[in-house]
Amino acid sequence: MNAYAAPQFADIETYLDSQLKKSLLRFITCGSVDDGKSTLIGRLLYESKMIFDDQLASLKNESKKFGTQGEEIDFALLVDGLAAEREQGITIDVAYRFFSTDRRKFIVADTPGHEQYTRNMATGASTADLAIVMIDARKGVLTQTRRHSFIVSLLGIKHVVLCINKMDLVDYDKAVYDKILKDYRDFAADFGFESVQAIPVSALAGDNVVTNSDRTPWYDGPPLMEYLDTVEIRAEDQDKAFRMPVQWVSRPNLDFRGFAGQIVSGRIRPGESVRALPSGRSSKVASIVSYSGDLDEGVEGQSITLTLEDEIDISRGDVLCADQAPAEVSDQFQSTILWMSDSAMLPGRSYVMKIGARECQMQVTEQRYRVDVNTRAHEAAKTLNLNEIGVCNIALDREIAFDAYGDNRRMGGFIIIDRMTNETVGMGLINFALRRASNIHRQSLDVSKELRASMKGQKPVILWFTGLSGAGKSTVANIVEKRLAAMGKHTYTLDGDNVRHGLNHDLGFTDADRVENIRRVGEVSKLMVDAGLIVLVSFISPFRAERRIVRQMVEDGEFWEVFVDAPLEVAESRDVKGLYKKARAGEIKNFTGIDSPYEAPLEPEVHLETDKLSPEDGADRVIAMLQQAGVLSS
Amino acid sequence: MTQLTHLDRLEAESIHILREVAASMQNPVMMYSIGKDSSVLLHLARKAFHPGPIPFPLLHVDTTWKFSEMIAFRDVLKDDPQTDLLVHINQEGVDQGIGPFTHGSALHTDVMKTQALKQALDKYKFDAAIGGARRDEEKSRAKERIFSFRSAQHRWDPKNQRPELWSLYNTRIKPGESVRVFPISNWTELDIWQYIYQENIEIVPLYFAAERPVVERDGILVMVDDDRLPLEPGEEPMMKTVRFRTLGCYPLTGAVESTASTITEIIEEMLRTTTSEREGRAIDKDAPASMEMKKQEGYF
Ligand SMILES: Nc1nc2c(ncn2[C@@H]2O[C@H](COP(=O)(O)OP(=O)(O)OP(=O)(O)O)[C@@H](O)[C@H]2O)c(=O)[nH]1
Ligand SMILES: [Mg+2]
Repeated sequence: MNAYAAPQFADIETYLDSQLKKSLLRFITCGSVDDGKSTLIGRLLYESKMIFDDQLASLKNESKKFGTQGEEIDFALLVDGLAAEREQGITIDVAYRFFSTDRRKFIVADTPGHEQYTRNMATGASTADLAIVMIDARKGVLTQTRRHSFIVSLLGIKHVVLCINKMDLVDYDKAVYDKILKDYRDFAADFGFESVQAIPVSALAGDNVVTNSDRTPWYDGPPLMEYLDTVEIRAEDQDKAFRMPVQWVSRPNLDFRGFAGQIVSGRIRPGESVRALPSGRSSKVASIVSYSGDLDEGVEGQSITLTLEDEIDISRGDVLCADQAPAEVSDQFQSTILWMSDSAMLPGRSYVMKIGARECQMQVTEQRYRVDVNTRAHEAAKTLNLNEIGVCNIALDREIAFDAYGDNRRMGGFIIIDRMTNETVGMGLINFALRRASNIHRQSLDVSKELRASMKGQKPVILWFTGLSGAGKSTVANIVEKRLAAMGKHTYTLDGDNVRHGLNHDLGFTDADRVENIRRVGEVSKLMVDAGLIVLVSFISPFRAERRIVRQMVEDGEFWEVFVDAPLEVAESRDVKGLYKKARAGEIKNFTGIDSPYEAPLEPEVHLETDKLSPEDGADRVIAMLQQAGVLSS
Repeated sequence: MTQLTHLDRLEAESIHILREVAASMQNPVMMYSIGKDSSVLLHLARKAFHPGPIPFPLLHVDTTWKFSEMIAFRDVLKDDPQTDLLVHINQEGVDQGIGPFTHGSALHTDVMKTQALKQALDKYKFDAAIGGARRDEEKSRAKERIFSFRSAQHRWDPKNQRPELWSLYNTRIKPGESVRVFPISNWTELDIWQYIYQENIEIVPLYFAAERPVVERDGILVMVDDDRLPLEPGEEPMMKTVRFRTLGCYPLTGAVESTASTITEIIEEMLRTTTSEREGRAIDKDAPASMEMKKQEGYF
């Protein structure tokens, strides 16, 4: 067997040229479990001669071992490439396969029918131009058929092939075919499909896959392969307005500043005006730079690098648009979301959104309704669970450039990422922007302490490290801050070094000045908590009363006193900064522990005896305490 | 009016992916295996960042059993001031004298390739490793994402891959975790050759037919590349006109008899061939799921 259609041309150059002229069609197979999707793709690959001898030999071996067809070849095994899939006889994740005919090249994504793996089906569907919806003739339209068709329509796929499969098991009965086709058409009437081509097939026996079958004389349409080869898919993106999300600012030297990205729609030429969004600044394209020389034109699909005539500030994530037809800009949207995680979507929680080349913080401000995939009825629901689809209002921490998904897939589709686990937990489509003037949700997004905290994905607190000079406050605080940063927390440390030299440089070490020192530090910490930060304060702060005042400035549970305790002898023997020596020599007055008292905390949240504990262990204790108290998730 | 060909679109997709890696990962590296796919990848990287330099280093994991012509080809690149090429060898493996003849292909590949790769990634703390694997090569690769997530232990969990929607790649990872990125996932073997032809990309001469000394073992033609190949009693290297469809460790890579000495002749030959390009590789044949298992353990 030969894996590529043998060259039909006199010479290889002509052949290669004809390869280049082939158009590309990306499609998926979807539908319910066991309807025969993988078998069909295996069959298509086999029939289009994409299977090499050695692959066929191992397929035959495996068919005997795992196959569902006795001694016969199980074509699904060609596509179900994971060990677990072959053992269980199901598809778990999408497989991307390639084949070509004389006219076209195809990239097919074979997706899993199992409800549990819906997100993998959506993965395949997101880049497809056409969907083959498979139906088992014995079973008809099932919930998964409906769910997948709904997702196909949401994602904007306009062409559907309805493969009514396993016709061999219903005696190639036209009545069965007609009934299913009618059910499907009724169901999908308002899905916005431009074409629905139904074909009766047997993926197993090969009926109507490559050639018309004698066993379905009543069917007068084309076999599947012929249909795929000829179906017209309009490529509209080139005719839309120019859009290019900036991926990368290229600055190899001081004289060159280029903006690199892939054109997602439209075309662009040197001299044309572009507008950078969200900033709104315009300029003209000076050149389109490429490895093989400057280009006269860039078109949809190309990855290019542009230079502009003016020095305007553009960074990764901004979008360059046609100046006369720019994208919209907003920070609040109505969107349709498909949830893909076991942990439910929580309104109010802060997630990361990625759209184009931009990542920003996003929050669902209100879930409007959930869609029942069977009836498409709108149901009241506050959250979305795994594989559920809903319509939600969302708010971002900044404005972004976008187009509605229906107008431009790559300007309106986004993914949702969990801030803690970094998993992709959902996908969304922007329907439209909620306008400030006309929407009531704006007020609900008053920028409050809670909102600021939730956008940072954390509970703001003060960690107040108190203890003698040299007890190890800064050392422990420093490690704690690093651990917090590694968890993605937003922190700030206040200590003698950054406060005494600036904000408090007018203060000395008298008791009154010490009190004022702590008061100011307390006020600053409070503001930072309001800003949503985790504040680490390391100050000797020798007096109980002042520490209590700070505790009372903030809300319950926001002040955590960490007593960094080392006996005076130990602290004095460390004497990192040589201060004890000077104090003993009388060169420094009012030095805590020497000629000024230290009032140890009576009930600190944590007590670290640093003469017995390493700084790392001390930091662990602080983190553990915060986890136990629910300040940090464990 | 510009009309994009199939290859133009593949190229643009790959460049987009390369730029996403450079823009969003802290410390990426590009795996350089010296084969034709690596040559294409390198060419794409040059295009992606032109007029700037490639903003990440290249890494060759040297098993010490590569064809000498491959090493010579690599060393030319090593001297190129525009590219930063790192070479890593698993020194422990060398000290233990691990090799395909003494320890078998599976152990050799594990120690000198998979373990070596993990060592190098850990040593330089790379958080993204770009590789030239394609989905048409093998059935478990056909299942893999373009941004393929790896745990801190470099493990791939094929049953729990991140959804990958449109061309939006989730590049977020925790410290210690990493991603493998496959910019030419959607290219086929024919696309690669056609692109090499179109762009005039330099490849290792071993891909072209020439007279070479070989011995036949288990139906596979093994090239006698140096004197480490133990000849069996009575075995005589014969001179044959052969070439290679893929390149790896010379004792594990079978030659094919061929007279194709130009790219177009190679393509013509490919159009007539009846076996897959992995046919000549010893490593894939041990068990049906062997590639998947190796990938789970951290092989590319
Ligand atoms: N009789 C008959 N059996 C079929 C036909 N098509 C598929 N099958 C069988 O149906 C079973 C399921 O086929 P698959 O191709 O794995 O189904 P699938 O839709 O890919 O399943 P998932 O991907 O797990 O959702 C296998 O045993 C196939 O051999 C057909 O046309 N006729
Ligand atoms: Mg399947």
